Amino acid sequence: MESLSPRIVAFCCDKSGYVAADMVGKLGMSLPESLEVIRVPCAGRIDAFHMLQALENGADGVLIFACHEENCQSLSGNLIVKARMGYVYGMMEKIGFERERLELCNVATNNGAKFAEAVQRKYDDLKRLGPSPLK
Amino acid sequence: MIKAEQKPVEEILDFLDPYNKILLVGCNACVAVCHAGGEKEVGLLASALRMARKNAGKRLEILEDCSTRQCEPEFVDELGEKAGDVEAILSIACGVGVQTLAKRFPEIPVYPGVNTKFMGETEEVGVWAERCQACGNCILHLTGGICPVARCAKQLLNGPCGGSQEGNCEIKKDVPCVWQQIYDRLKAIGQLHRMEQYIPAKKWGQESRDSGPRSIVREDLKL
Repeated sequence: MESLSPRIVAFCCDKSGYVAADMVGKLGMSLPESLEVIRVPCAGRIDAFHMLQALENGADGVLIFACHEENCQSLSGNLIVKARMGYVYGMMEKIGFERERLELCNVATNNGAKFAEAVQRKYDDLKRLGPSPLK
Repeated sequence: MIKAEQKPVEEILDFLDPYNKILLVGCNACVAVCHAGGEKEVGLLASALRMARKNAGKRLEILEDCSTRQCEPEFVDELGEKAGDVEAILSIACGVGVQTLAKRFPEIPVYPGVNTKFMGETEEVGVWAERCQACGNCILHLTGGICPVARCAKQLLNGPCGGSQEGNCEIKKDVPCVWQQIYDRLKAIGQLHRMEQYIPAKKWGQESRDSGPRSIVREDLKL
């Protein structure tokens, strides 16, 4: 069964992803209505627990928008979250979730278009993949 | 501190298979420090277990808690109410915590969610290494504060074996020879003469686990 409107939770670093998300509107671009943006002070603040919780609470996919590597405003938050994602991928595999449901996107503050494209691509991917196994 | 790591989720799911409602209990002491069984890990594991079971079409209700120290009966007593109507308890404390729960709740099956590995030190974030084997008669004053019982593959007490090569152990090239480390340390603190001090064989049958389960009794502390 194909999900009509995949629910995407996007954790956005306040120093990069969130600013880029804000720019989407200014560029006149649109985002799926089923996108839920969660602003975090740094991607390194996103714990493995938050990623799983998002999936458990009904997200079909989770996107994490962090600063580019070697350009983290908090030095290494983007690398920390990347490492944590590795752990979560292992967990997802064992409990029957496709790894495509979780993805990291490195963006800069002026990457509004890239943000919109990443969300749209994930939206299309999730439509093909189907709804979360929990639905 | 005691170091542990989470058991594979599939193993945990396997022994929780018969149950529909469990209590998942962590411990905010040692296992929280090594990110295996603290409050955060309780939430993470509970979430994963619920998702796996829901995915398999079999719901699992999980009550979550985290003891201050699961090896202390008074802290485990606090779980009494929550444990009242569960079918099983999953503990992600060390093996001591699991046994304290099993003793406190004799009528409820208790399962371990972690594998307890060793007593060790945090070398860096995410890296822990064994440092003590609780041999029962500490000799660290003779070895510059570095333990050959826990850190020498052969537990040699009086210098290195012939396998010590360029400061490394023969078992693996990235494992330092502890006797090289002891020598360097004693030299640095001006106690190199201790290398000539004979350390007698340990009384494994009297002081260590070889003599059976050990206990400590302090009459002055007993009520």
